Amino acid sequence: MREISLHLLDIAENSIAAGAKNITITIREDTTADRLYLSVQDDGKGMDEEMIKKVTDPFVTTRTTRKVGLGIPLLKAAAEACNGWLKIHSKVGEGTLVEVEFQRSHIDRMPLGDIAGTFLALLVGNPQIHWVFRYSVDQDGFELDDQPIKQELQDIPLSDPLVLSYLREMLENNVRSLQTTSVY
Amino acid sequence: MPTIKSLDDLKRIREEALEKRKVKTASGQVQVIVGMGTCGIAAGARDAMKAILETIQNENLEGVIVTQTGCIGLCEKEPIVQVVVGDQPKVTYGKVSPEVARQIMQEHVKNGNVVKEYMIQV
Ligand SMILES: Nc1ncnc2c1ncn2[C@@H]1O[C@H](COP(=O)(O)OP(=O)(O)OP(=O)(O)O)[C@@H](O)[C@H]1O
Ligand code: FES
Ligand SMILES: [Mg+2]
Repeated sequence: MREISLHLLDIAENSIAAGAKNITITIREDTTADRLYLSVQDDGKGMDEEMIKKVTDPFVTTRTTRKVGLGIPLLKAAAEACNGWLKIHSKVGEGTLVEVEFQRSHIDRMPLGDIAGTFLALLVGNPQIHWVFRYSVDQDGFELDDQPIKQELQDIPLSDPLVLSYLREMLENNVRSLQTTSVY
Repeated sequence: MPTIKSLDDLKRIREEALEKRKVKTASGQVQVIVGMGTCGIAAGARDAMKAILETIQNENLEGVIVTQTGCIGLCEKEPIVQVVVGDQPKVTYGKVSPEVARQIMQEHVKNGNVVKEYMIQV
């Protein structure tokens, strides 16, 4: 995958597949420490110790349609190639936290890519999930919690054209304002 | 934490949407489903989704519900998009680039004609 945001989307798909009701995605850029941190936290079915160990191995999957799982090992390899790491914390019946860090300026580090488009796809495509998106660059940042939005909209779907343009504009503006104030 | 747009805007949007709903004809609901498994994502499913949402916005398409699903089990045909119009049978499309996604939205979702060229059997 060519963008970190596509990996995030893929990791979030695991949370959805694990039956999560609440998913929080965090992206944190620290230009001084030269680190890029990302995490996906869910309250899905979780994994036991053994599964966590195995899951970073590309030949482990509980899927039935293909023999190997790819999502996590791919991201882990990408992070490690950039002086970074990937960690999984999980408890059966409680949930999972996947954390990954890159050296921000590393020459091989993929671009973050289309963060607004990724958040929008997750939000609109999975309306049953309570989403929290956080993105910060140094001391600036924003948080989008979809609960007040859904409360306000009630039975109006997120894929209503007016709602879509509202959501897209909000996400794009927030991401853009972060990425232009920082040294990119 | 700054400029998340205000919720007041949403109040207005909700009222407008409810208003439009009143005049809408009973054309039935359309469901669009995008496959977001790992191969789907790697093959461009997010950008297909983006094109779908953009078309809804630009063409002002009412009554379309867009959802996503995990792996459908057809790696080599990804990105996969499925369309269900009213109570008609589900139509599955393969290799859906943003361009093809726009075409599906225009011809199938808006005008009701299946885009045979990209239809696949499942
Ligand atoms: N958030 C999570 N909660 C519970 N189990 C998880 C979670 N993330 C991953 N897993 C488990 O780890 C396995 C491997 O995940 P991985 O994303 O690497 O591959 P996959 O999802 O099986 O296949 P794909 O290549 O399509 O992503 C999953 O099949 C699932 O059993
Ligand atoms: S994502 Fe590849 S078969 Fe489903
Ligand atoms: Mg996966």
